[in-house]
Amino acid sequence: MGGDGTLDRLKRKGRIVVVGASLAGLRAAETLRDKGFAGSLTLVGDEPYEPYDRPPLSKGVLLGKASADRTALPRLRNVDAKWRLGVAATGLDMGARRVRLADGDEVPYDRLLIATGVRARPWPHEGEGALDGVIVLRTRDDSAALSRMLAAGPRRVLVIGAGFTGSEIASACRERGHHVTVAERAAAPLVGALGGVVGAVAAELQREHGVDLRTGVMVTALDGDAAGRVRSAQLSDGSSVRADVVIVSLGATRNTEWLYGSGLGAGPRGIACDAGCRAFDIRGIVTDDIYAAGDVARCPHPLFGYQFLTLEHWGNAVAQAEIAAHNMLSESVDRVPHMEVPSFWSSQFGINIKSVGVPSMGTEILITQGSLESRRFVGVYGYQGRVIGAVGFDSARWLPFYQEQIEAAAPFPPEFSTVDRRTDGQRPVDADFPDPSVPTHGPTVTLSGYAPDDRRMTFVPAH
Amino acid sequence: MTLSLLHQILDYSNRSNPYPLYEELRKTPVYREDGGPYVVSTYYEIRSLFHDPRISSDTRNRTGSAADPLGGDSHEEAALPPSFLKLDPPEHDRLRRMTNRPFGPPHSPHRVDGMRPELREIITGLIDGISDPSRFDLVEEVSYPFPVTVICRLLGVPREDEARFHVWADTLAASLDPDPDADSADRGKVANEARMQLGMYLAGLIEERRKNPGDDMLSQLATAKGEDGPMTTMELLSTAALLLIAGHETTVNLITNGMLTLLRHPDVLKRLRREPGLAVPLVEELLRYEPPVQLVPQRTTLAEIEIRGVTIPKGSPVWLVLAAGNRDPQRFKDPDRFDPDRPDVQHLGLGSGIHSCFGAPLARLETQFALSELARRLEKPRLIEDPPPYRQNAVLRGPRQLHIACDGIRP
Amino acid sequence: MVRIAVDLNRCQGYAQCAFLAPETFAMHGEEALLYNPEVDEAHREKLLQAAAACPVQAILVDAVDVPAKAVSGGR
Ligand SMILES: Cc1cc2nc3c(=O)[nH]c(=O)nc-3n(C[C@H](O)[C@H](O)[C@H](O)COP(=O)(O)OP(=O)(O)OC[C@H]3O[C@@H](n4cnc5c(N)ncnc54)[C@H](O)[C@@H]3O)c2cc1C
Ligand code: HEM
Ligand code: SF4
Repeated sequence: MGGDGTLDRLKRKGRIVVVGASLAGLRAAETLRDKGFAGSLTLVGDEPYEPYDRPPLSKGVLLGKASADRTALPRLRNVDAKWRLGVAATGLDMGARRVRLADGDEVPYDRLLIATGVRARPWPHEGEGALDGVIVLRTRDDSAALSRMLAAGPRRVLVIGAGFTGSEIASACRERGHHVTVAERAAAPLVGALGGVVGAVAAELQREHGVDLRTGVMVTALDGDAAGRVRSAQLSDGSSVRADVVIVSLGATRNTEWLYGSGLGAGPRGIACDAGCRAFDIRGIVTDDIYAAGDVARCPHPLFGYQFLTLEHWGNAVAQAEIAAHNMLSESVDRVPHMEVPSFWSSQFGINIKSVGVPSMGTEILITQGSLESRRFVGVYGYQGRVIGAVGFDSARWLPFYQEQIEAAAPFPPEFSTVDRRTDGQRPVDADFPDPSVPTHGPTVTLSGYAPDDRRMTFVPAH
Repeated sequence: MTLSLLHQILDYSNRSNPYPLYEELRKTPVYREDGGPYVVSTYYEIRSLFHDPRISSDTRNRTGSAADPLGGDSHEEAALPPSFLKLDPPEHDRLRRMTNRPFGPPHSPHRVDGMRPELREIITGLIDGISDPSRFDLVEEVSYPFPVTVICRLLGVPREDEARFHVWADTLAASLDPDPDADSADRGKVANEARMQLGMYLAGLIEERRKNPGDDMLSQLATAKGEDGPMTTMELLSTAALLLIAGHETTVNLITNGMLTLLRHPDVLKRLRREPGLAVPLVEELLRYEPPVQLVPQRTTLAEIEIRGVTIPKGSPVWLVLAAGNRDPQRFKDPDRFDPDRPDVQHLGLGSGIHSCFGAPLARLETQFALSELARRLEKPRLIEDPPPYRQNAVLRGPRQLHIACDGIRP
Repeated sequence: MVRIAVDLNRCQGYAQCAFLAPETFAMHGEEALLYNPEVDEAHREKLLQAAAACPVQAILVDAVDVPAKAVSGGR
């Protein structure tokens, strides 16, 4: 396209369509306008609301600090867009460059951004899932409904699944004084994201705060009463738990079904794209007019051996939205890769949990600062002799350092002394992930430079 | 003989404008003179070191000849144990958390916010009381008494005793100044003496507060029953001394630097008079442009650290020159321009990381109130002397006096 | 109403916001921040003070007050 004016025309009077009007969609729209896009911009979203923020839904909202219908995202600038809210995209015609909508409309585009995110995985048994009192938490409607249920003063709450969202819900419920049971298939909460060593701390936290935590069990059935209200749950260990509210927190499913058959490389694991957020078609050829960002995207990450990562992280949605928007309006040499180190936060039981990098890729962990017992520590994850992730409990101010270590592919275990290094930080131990996904040994990429404008990717080929 | 760069920075004759020297310093982001400290002056490197766990605030980690490079430090333990400013986790975290309990969120979320009416009343009284509008010293009449009155009320220290601890506070602040020419042993002794006296004074006060607790911070610290239990008396003394000195020797300079900067930028002064809300971003820009704490001289490496191609050995003293980093053109566009509308002013003026300024919210409010009220009430203010005479101190830098003339004081 | 969001990846729990605008921001434990994402107009001034004071500039505040027109169905 180089310099033939196509790009200029696109910027002046092109048509850009964004499907998915949430965090990634809104931030992309704002970035497009910021970068001087003056053409027509359409945002399509199946929820009837303007873009809102989800993290408060399992935290402040349940604690009464915010209200479910009042978490709309701030507008960082005017986007001057046509909003098609409350209507889903149902199909894509890549040849004709049109998006089909549920109301029969078709919207033509020159560039398309797909940011349809994920939805909560429902309870697998449909009839049981439909019982009154059984709920998932992904949307503001879910959060409003859950708040109402909790306000009714249930005697017992059951949370199925102790990932971040499930644990946050359990924490809020305890703080409100409800009796809470948490059922988790793994040996501890948060194990999938942070491993068993840190999971054990999360388990202690839950128990200390009065959660009836059942690990190593699965919920096999939910039982209702004659009125169709949930009453109890049966567990794989043969026991049963009474509950008038059941929150199903079993992870997420990617919203890609509407793309099946379109020829785009979209499936249950997300939309495969290149490091610049351009989507692949099913032939493995990268498109130049379709981009993906946020929870729905699966991008190779240069810092992590070019593995395709899907990250359900707030910061990832923002970063990819900006990258996609930038690249849509750039010549190929000006495009930028998504190379931000992933970061994530959660707060539960009064503790601020933050991570940088990809802890779940780690095979070993070393506590470099603080101690597990004090609930204030930094754990560093190692993979093939380098630092690949870190987690902090109430230690946010140290994490920028570990982010730099990850960017520099610093050796693991770190040998240096640190402030507050304790005896349990002397030797790394197995990070204890249930099923470590071990990528192949590949080239190493590091980032150098501090100032944003002189950050460079350095490529160190594998030997 | 030409002075070395570090000597020039510390040299009193350069106090009124050290910024060209900092520019020179930044050319070598990690700078060192014979056997001296490693001096870091560029923004990203300073920020990175503030979050680096291989750096300690406890100068007892210095090794060899670096152990006591410029004097002072080793003497003070004799008087009082080190305050949390000079401690590492976990002690730092524990003491700071305990001190925060009666001061800020989560346990006392309304304390500082609730001081707004009192701050307004105090500043109003001070400006009302300006003796001779046609010529007055801002430091003496406003910038000094304002934060001192506030910290005294907050801590529960009788304002009448001010004359006594003023001297101790000044002596201790001076001991922070790494003046290479001063006789360090001598200064250490003097500082130690001051710390001892301040400690004894505070001990008496705390004893009294234990018997008759009020709702001031000292009473609350002395009678605390948080999850960490109470502080020991020695810890309490160090902490109280730290707060008293920090409250004495910093905000005064921010207010004075602020007024000086405003008088040098009359357009901004005029705007501030019309839009008092401008004080908020203005104070942030001021903390970038004329930071009262110019450098942090008390960091020590716990391990070998490589930064910008320089390897700093374990046990070395490191100085972080905040005022130089704040004007790093790599980070701030047109850094020598004072621009209260500057977007994204993430200055280093209050530090960063776990030791970032404890009193920051108070310092911000005090300075916002002071500058907006001065701008509103002084009629046609003018500088009598520019540059004004500065204090000796290179670390806690600010004018000793700021003589201003104005046509009158508005109600 | 003013809409806000905090980029909690950036936030390092300095609590400046919770000191200066306690009606909107609160610390939950030592480091975790809770906030009300829709702030009453009456608190706007203090909210802006808090946002300016945040040492990592993590507080995102509405820059425009035109809410999205929810065009549903029709074009
Ligand atoms: C309760 C909860 C708590 C969270 N807490 C944290 C946290 O503490 N830290 C953190 O880092 N992250 C957290 N997250 C994750 C974070 O919110 C997500 O990463 C972020 O929302 C991703 O944004 P997105 O725009 O990619 O996707 P989404 O926010 O999922 O938005 C996708 C949008 O597209 C719509 N859509 C789907 N299909 C279609 C279609 N066919 N047509 C039109 N529209 C469609 C969806 O309805 C939705 O509105 C949390 C998420 C939840 C639910
Ligand atoms: C404008 C005024 C102020 C400035 C510029 C300032 C600056 C700073 C800086 C740069 C630090 C970091 C030191 C380091 O990293 O070693 C600091 C720490 C500190 N400040 Fe302030 N300060 C100011 C006002 C105050 C006030 C009013 C108080 C007391 C109420 C105070 C109390 C403290 C304390 C206790 C620390 C130590 C924090 C720790 O070690 O955890 N400061 N200050
Ligand atoms: S001031 Fe900024 S960093 Fe501090 S708690 Fe608030 S948002 Fe977080």
